[in-house]
Amino acid sequence: MAQTDTTEHVGLARVLGPAHVWALGVGIVLVGEYMGWNFAVGKGGAYAALMACWFAGILYTCVAMIDSEVTSTVAAAGGQYTQAKHIVGPLMAFNVGLYLVFAYTMLEAANAITVGFLVDTVATMSGHEGGLDQRPFIILAIMFLAWLNYRGVLATLTFNLVITAIAFTAIIILFLSTSGILGVGEMNHAALMSGQAAMPYGWLGVLAAMHFGLWYYLGIEGTTQAAEEVRSPARALPFGTLAGVMTLAIAATLTWYVCAGLMPWEYLGQSGVPLFDAARLSGSTFLMVLLGIGTLFATLASANGCINDASRAWFAMGRDKYLPGWFGAVHPKYRTPYRAIIFLVPIALIFALGAPLDQVITFSILSGLLEYTFMPLNIILFRRKWPLDTIKRGYEHPFHPLPAMVLLGLCGLAFFAVFLGYGTQLVAMIVFYIVVSLWFHFWRYRFVNRGAQFTMPWPKPRGY
Amino acid sequence: MARYTPPTQGKLGQIIDVIVLLIMAIGALYIPLWMGLAGSAVTSTAVENPTWESLGQNETMVAQWEKLGFADAASAAEMITARFDYSFSVGALLAMIVVIVGYYAILLRFSEKEYREVIAEKFEE
Repeated sequence: MAQTDTTEHVGLARVLGPAHVWALGVGIVLVGEYMGWNFAVGKGGAYAALMACWFAGILYTCVAMIDSEVTSTVAAAGGQYTQAKHIVGPLMAFNVGLYLVFAYTMLEAANAITVGFLVDTVATMSGHEGGLDQRPFIILAIMFLAWLNYRGVLATLTFNLVITAIAFTAIIILFLSTSGILGVGEMNHAALMSGQAAMPYGWLGVLAAMHFGLWYYLGIEGTTQAAEEVRSPARALPFGTLAGVMTLAIAATLTWYVCAGLMPWEYLGQSGVPLFDAARLSGSTFLMVLLGIGTLFATLASANGCINDASRAWFAMGRDKYLPGWFGAVHPKYRTPYRAIIFLVPIALIFALGAPLDQVITFSILSGLLEYTFMPLNIILFRRKWPLDTIKRGYEHPFHPLPAMVLLGLCGLAFFAVFLGYGTQLVAMIVFYIVVSLWFHFWRYRFVNRGAQFTMPWPKPRGY
Repeated sequence: MARYTPPTQGKLGQIIDVIVLLIMAIGALYIPLWMGLAGSAVTSTAVENPTWESLGQNETMVAQWEKLGFADAASAAEMITARFDYSFSVGALLAMIVVIVGYYAILLRFSEKEYREVIAEKFEE
């Protein structure tokens, strides 16, 4: 343990700007437009998926507003975990840390599954018969990105910035090419969404679609994980996060418009790579290649950001002894949380190689949903314990407590949406968090320094 | 208030803690899969000699199915007839609400207790 004690207080390098924050947030999430969101179509039909997209957009706007205010004040690695530690308490922080790790690690696994599926699809289209073994591609994707993360955050997020921009541009080009703005329009919304195809499950389907509607944006809150590595957190984090939500709302709507206008809802609701399928239907080889590359880049960017975020959360918990202190080490040369990065690789592989895509996505969404439910509680307690005149915020979100109340209400709806069709996973995951909470409170917490974990230079909270 | 000094955890203890956490996490995620309890409640209706019309597909839809590689209605029938079963009991819904609310209640209660110790030690030193 001697090595841990000497390395755990080394800080992470402050090298990132607002564009990196945007790339981290959008890079993680943009893959949601390339795969996964379309399961919302399967749960409720195309109109339901669009409504879910916008309701989820409201949910994430609330998340970004709340998160930006707290993060512009709590600028430390671990993001919401560190917020919870200072505002709600250690047990909540431990749970939030695990939400982050599982949401991102499952998302990373989902990305790796999609890489394998895409390679297999392209091989089949190229004339290969019998299907490819997808596992080597899944393993290679995760190992390569883990290595990149191990080597340094600046290179990692610069890589993300480039491939995210390419993936986003591919969506815009597909939209312009198929919508009739450039060339002949190929959209058939009226015919493809007529009759029973309009609302196959009625309004209950709209509620159910909220489950996968979160996938359009899930992970944008990950921008806060880089708080300790950003040069100007009070400016860069709110700017990068809010710009990210706006980017995603636009990309999500364009994605829905293109896919719903090209595919029957029954196919779209079960497609593994819907944007790539949309490009195939356009009949353009250029678009097919572009969207194939876009899908690959979006999944790699997302997995890359997920490794970055999950490892920061695991590292921060190790540094505080919420987890064994061995994980709280920073690499002496690359200044990265290398032990946390390496440790999470096999966990991602277990799920990428052994679980179906919709299950892995649901696990990720559930952890995200639990985290979003924590956020309204967090901001209400933050404002109560430290009113606006007691701590200077880099950003103050407007209309408090309205965003918190809206967020709480939408989270309730989303829980019900997951319950419709995936109730067992919901209960199993919450039972896990209850058991692990008892384990932390009655066993693990004894290894944690009490006062020393409160590191913000804040005055004493009101009411204590 | 006396400052709390945590015990030092040895390497073996750290390893055991990580293993316990991993078993709990992987178990929670995989047990429903192994027991066949996980997964979407989707069922497909078997249709004998399906036609595009009997599957409710109009001309535009049929054209898109064919472009996607489904040469006839039979090859797409399973996908087209797949539907979620959203029926549920009020008891199951109430159980879910109790589990979620109970979980957050435990979290807030224990967190508050721990937080008071943190604040007391931090600001009374």
